[in-house]
Amino acid sequence: MVKAGTWVEIEKILLTPEQRAPQVPDDTKKVPYVMRVSGFLQKDAELNSEVTVKTLSGRIVEGTLVLIRPHYEHSFGDTVEELLTIGLGGEL
Amino acid sequence: MSRDTSYQAVMARKNEIMKMSMGLDYDVYKTGELAFDYEKMMDDCGFTLEDVVRIQAETKVGNTPLYELKNLTNAVRKTCKPGKGARIFVKDEAANASGSFKARRASISAYVAQQKGYKGMVAASSGNYGAAVASQAAQRGLKCIVVQEIYDSNKIGQPEIVEKARKCEAFGAEVIRLTVGPELFYYNLMVLEETGYFNASLYTPFGIKGVESLGYELVHQVREKAGKDPDAVLITQAGGGNLTGTARGMLAAGCNARVVACSVDLSGLHMASDHDFNRKSFTTGHTGFGVPFAVWPDRADVPRNAARSLRYMDDYILVRQGEVFYVTELLSKLEGMERGPAGNTSLTGAVTLAREMDEDQIIVVQETEYTGAGKHHNSQLSFARQMGIEVRRGDPTEGVNGKSIVIPEHLVQVVGHKQDMNKLRMSYLKNACKHVDPSKWTDVDKAFVAKDVKRDLPWLEEALSKLKAES
Repeated sequence: MVKAGTWVEIEKILLTPEQRAPQVPDDTKKVPYVMRVSGFLQKDAELNSEVTVKTLSGRIVEGTLVLIRPHYEHSFGDTVEELLTIGLGGEL
Repeated sequence: MSRDTSYQAVMARKNEIMKMSMGLDYDVYKTGELAFDYEKMMDDCGFTLEDVVRIQAETKVGNTPLYELKNLTNAVRKTCKPGKGARIFVKDEAANASGSFKARRASISAYVAQQKGYKGMVAASSGNYGAAVASQAAQRGLKCIVVQEIYDSNKIGQPEIVEKARKCEAFGAEVIRLTVGPELFYYNLMVLEETGYFNASLYTPFGIKGVESLGYELVHQVREKAGKDPDAVLITQAGGGNLTGTARGMLAAGCNARVVACSVDLSGLHMASDHDFNRKSFTTGHTGFGVPFAVWPDRADVPRNAARSLRYMDDYILVRQGEVFYVTELLSKLEGMERGPAGNTSLTGAVTLAREMDEDQIIVVQETEYTGAGKHHNSQLSFARQMGIEVRRGDPTEGVNGKSIVIPEHLVQVVGHKQDMNKLRMSYLKNACKHVDPSKWTDVDKAFVAKDVKRDLPWLEEALSKLKAES
């Protein structure tokens, strides 16, 4: 059970593959058009159930509860050794 | 009664939603089948350059430093003929409140939104512009929603865009995260309709007016530092607003330096492809936006685009992904500055252009942007490897977009390549002919088109007859 007021992410299919814009390329046309947004859960709910959240702008949005307290994991990545020797003098 | 939210129904309400969300009626500027009164549209904003500077100073925008990159210039001079190797200066736009020149572009929109009594702003942007709108909205007490294209169908986010989502949320904005596709515009319209917020489109007159201060400032700073005007100004090209606004500001300062666009060459990759989305190491400043917007600006999300880059462009340099990564690393190691990809794209162009210019000439790279987790070139290269792209040192011309990135072994291999400007102008012309048959063009239309590609009427007449002969 996820408590009301928890910061969560919801997911919603906006357009099924059949409903997508006519100009999209074939690979994109095979997959649905999906929206995700974070907000405060409005009522106690189970993961993967249909819920409503209140976003940072105050909108009330419906969708499937997919993440509890979503966070950022982006980083500087693994070391790319090819960069280390650039600009040390030798190659200029 | 709830409104029809199908793709077709929402797109059909486009004009109505646009009018409501900007308070701008574009119809009044129409002067022909193709033509519209561009200068009147820009003037009707009601802001002088002095107003722009004053408004921007209220929210930590503008007056950014200009630095001479002496070590990089010296390195370039070792790779060119004696007497060649122009001085390279950079305008450190990362010093704006949100970390990029886009703060200029957002600032006037935020001011207008506040003045007109809108409660919030909506920006469709996966990049610095979203963060800039969020930063400006925060300072003016407005709500903000940023609509991003960020994930592929496997929910893998492009690291640079993930970072931008973080930054928008840091400024208190709501971030709507979408998968790949041009339907972003559709959902953006739905959000505008639902909220009644101001449409902070990148392509309004307000957005472009805000950039004019950049061109104006840089000319005065170069005059102060070097006692003369710059000879060329390098501008990273995507939607064309950076170039348009900067060039207009330079002209306002009485400077006629060459205006040179620069983009990362991403030819071969489709911009709306779910597969290709995460196989690009640059999210903007690339040919996927730069070329289509140059040759037909009115593909934008507003009826008439205020960003009309071919009107001001003298040259257009393309650089490869590997070349930009190399120069990014050099900027850190030689100049002690870590900056992000947007400015480093035109910096790479500057390296190639400096070689053909005399050593007493001056090139200005007119922007930098912040860098950090996700945006950093190490993050991008590491991510590219995870996506199966080969990364190696060697001859950058061997790189194949979407398959490999080849980082030069030596500065001499940073060469870029110029686009044929005439080909771009002809491409614009073909688009114009597609929209309205040339037999229906009035004299006003012809004058407008010639001006839109920075040519005269005799050039246009000749180009039109050439097109006719081809078809």
